[in-house]
Amino acid sequence: MSEVAAPDGEVAPAAPPEPEQRHGAPVSRSRGQVVLHPTRDTYLAVVDALQDEGFNLCSDLTCVDHLTYGAGRLVPDGVVVERFELVVNLTSLRRRERVRLRVQVPESDPTVPSLFARYPGTEAMEREVFDMFGIVFTDHPDLSRILMPEDWEGHPLRKDDGVGRIPVQFKGTGARVEPNR
Amino acid sequence: MTITPDTSTDVGGEADEQRTVDETDVTVMDPYATYEGRQEMRSRSEISATELLRESGAVLRLSEAAAAELSASTAGSEDETMIINMGPQHPSTHGVLRLMLELKGEEVLRTKPIIGYLHTGMEKTAEELTYLQGTTNTTRMDYLSPMFNELVFALATEELLGITDEMPPRATWIRMFMCELNRIASHLLFFATNGMDMASTTSMIFGIRERDSLLRFFEQASGLRMNHNYIRVGGVAADLPDDWHGTVTAILDSLERKLVEHDELFSGQPIWHGRSQGVGVIGAEEAVALAATGPTLRATGVPWDLRRDEPYLAYDEVDFDVIVGTHGDTFDRYSVRMNEIRESIRIARQCIEAMPAGDWRIQDKKVTPPPRARIDESMEALIHHFKIFTEGFRVPEGEVYVAVESPRGELGCYLVSDGSAKPYRMHIRGPSFVNIQTLPHLMKGGLMADAVAVISSIDPVMGEVDR
Repeated sequence: MSEVAAPDGEVAPAAPPEPEQRHGAPVSRSRGQVVLHPTRDTYLAVVDALQDEGFNLCSDLTCVDHLTYGAGRLVPDGVVVERFELVVNLTSLRRRERVRLRVQVPESDPTVPSLFARYPGTEAMEREVFDMFGIVFTDHPDLSRILMPEDWEGHPLRKDDGVGRIPVQFKGTGARVEPNR
Repeated sequence: MTITPDTSTDVGGEADEQRTVDETDVTVMDPYATYEGRQEMRSRSEISATELLRESGAVLRLSEAAAAELSASTAGSEDETMIINMGPQHPSTHGVLRLMLELKGEEVLRTKPIIGYLHTGMEKTAEELTYLQGTTNTTRMDYLSPMFNELVFALATEELLGITDEMPPRATWIRMFMCELNRIASHLLFFATNGMDMASTTSMIFGIRERDSLLRFFEQASGLRMNHNYIRVGGVAADLPDDWHGTVTAILDSLERKLVEHDELFSGQPIWHGRSQGVGVIGAEEAVALAATGPTLRATGVPWDLRRDEPYLAYDEVDFDVIVGTHGDTFDRYSVRMNEIRESIRIARQCIEAMPAGDWRIQDKKVTPPPRARIDESMEALIHHFKIFTEGFRVPEGEVYVAVESPRGELGCYLVSDGSAKPYRMHIRGPSFVNIQTLPHLMKGGLMADAVAVISSIDPVMGEVDR
């Protein structure tokens, strides 16, 4: 945790090819904001380390589907890009500091461990990501759809889920409208 | 309110491997019952100890074993309790919030908010709109504080464009000024509805009346009472109207007098105290763990206000206090908001004093349209105008998260640009969406009659919860 001391995070460049690291995760900067890139395996460990550091508020947890815009994404060397990217914003109230985590999640196995045990406030946010992107959070207490109806098919914020092509379905009327895909 | 069928059935959920549903248990659904499958509150025997604990309002973790033991001791038998449904069409649920409550007599044992009834896919819509149109979309999310929604989207886009430093001071101050007026209007509506939920029609009429004077000013400035689309990328839509000093000073003066009246009528009144003090209590640690922000967090005594702690616009140049409470109950949340109105009046008065002259939008023809007069004389201006309104302006690739302090808490915008004229992904972190998670904790052990007061003390706006 020695790099942490530098407030601007402008850690002295060690050897030229060595990317900046924080808790074992490569660090990049986006418009001056600190972004960590843990893998799915190191995700919980990095979150734990950040929580110990004082990041006690999980402000936001969301996801981006990089189906049609993958290549141009700015990630540090060594990060393998995948279709989905889980984006977690953590805040330290005491240090008035924010840090963002971007975790690559492959399309073939969209599962990520839940942060519920660490930040209970992520409960609704993870349900929303599950609902909108189909990312499954392991160890989540109640992973059900939150905004869409329970019997909805598909995950609306995925890029391959069209806009305005699915007729609204009313439940309990007896008649079913078939999805017109 | 309807009593839902006791048996719980299940329509396909993706991740239901862990659960075992007894096939014989599944009964034929009442076709008139509203039914949302796994989203609904289920009986204690069907859910995991963790979920049970969460619905009972436990925030800081216990082990599964400890949770099971605790729930067994507090539950009583299933026939002593009743799961009832409140909303989505209940007058006190602030839109289409639906709560399922497990009751033992009058006492609330478990609470589960069920949301999504106002979901219109605004984040998906945002991917189809240009950055110029984006604010028309976000302004409709939290319809009680539209200025903040416009502001956060505009700030995020400007951050990606890299034009934050070029913003003319007048634009920044107008934004701050309008946002503070909007905060007053929003808190006044909270005052109105919170009073109404505690059966005080006087506060309803007072709050709405005072708020209306501000809405009339917004109409003068932007042309609309709500959903203004006034703050846009690159500045604001128009300069403040003529004689805005006089109009706003008169509104603020009268408001200050009215606030004293309101205090006499409500803040010191024994009935009001009885209904709200010690009701819906949450501690600082729990509020932070649940990511609650805004007055909900500050009422617990945590002095966290983005205007002071992460200053944006020109908040570091104005003088104001961050209001905190002590007990984290319904009364504290009420008084935090009432005193924030006074602080907002202070800020608005400083804005009137210090309002700089000059441009009210950035003079970058790639971002803001040229003045109408220029179009008649300059071909280039006509082209810029045409380009901005047909295909919009391109925003450099990148991603950014910007947060502002809305009347409800931290309003964040996560914006990803792929270099085109439309956002690749736009996510709004709605404070109501997150704050609503504190409801199970606030309701636990309280009375059914206090439930409505507790809901309105969180001040959720369903447009923002469901987006």
